[in-house]
Amino acid sequence: MLVEIVAEIDLNRAFRHLQTEGAGGINLFIGTVRDHANGKKVRLLEFEAYIPMALLEMQRIGQKAMERWALERVVIQHVTGEKKVGEPVVITGASSAHRAAAFEASRFLIDELKKTVPIWKKEYYEDSSVWVNAYP
Amino acid sequence: MKILLFGIAREIAGQQRLEVPPDEQPETVADLRAWVNKRYGALAGLKSFAIAVDNEYAEDHVKLYPSSEIALIPPVSGG
Repeated sequence: MLVEIVAEIDLNRAFRHLQTEGAGGINLFIGTVRDHANGKKVRLLEFEAYIPMALLEMQRIGQKAMERWALERVVIQHVTGEKKVGEPVVITGASSAHRAAAFEASRFLIDELKKTVPIWKKEYYEDSSVWVNAYP
Repeated sequence: MKILLFGIAREIAGQQRLEVPPDEQPETVADLRAWVNKRYGALAGLKSFAIAVDNEYAEDHVKLYPSSEIALIPPVSGG
């Protein structure tokens, strides 16, 4: 399992980790910075993490995926710091003998990450900024 | 006892950690929640906040010790 918090997403590193002789399929989800949110133009995103706990939560989610599907390997990479529109901010991925497990696990990893991993995103618009999801 | 703050909670409090005075030490997560709501009313306006003890989400009954690493976790928004 490759679980890390990084300054820059490293797609090749994620791919290399997932490559095994037993894998017949590798699935990678890449989350990127979108140029709009709530009807506003987004300039950039800033990510902050409670790093030791975030790594533990990411490992826990990865472990769950390994138990639930027959996977070769699992990857979760997330950035911290400022990211511009179009840049990658998160990768989840899995490899498996047959593709269905890798597709499903990859989606599970990103869905769970969004629910529990202590990472926060601030959206910067042209004239204001907001911590996403903070208020009802 | 110190409480680590992140994201919006850090901005609201204007500092990276809260220091609980020695005579107000909370015994459990529930006590700490009550203390935060009383002393930092603005944090109570958030959608929710969780408490983590030693890097794990902690429910209200969990006991706190001076050596515990305690963090206030506002709604997460990674990914």
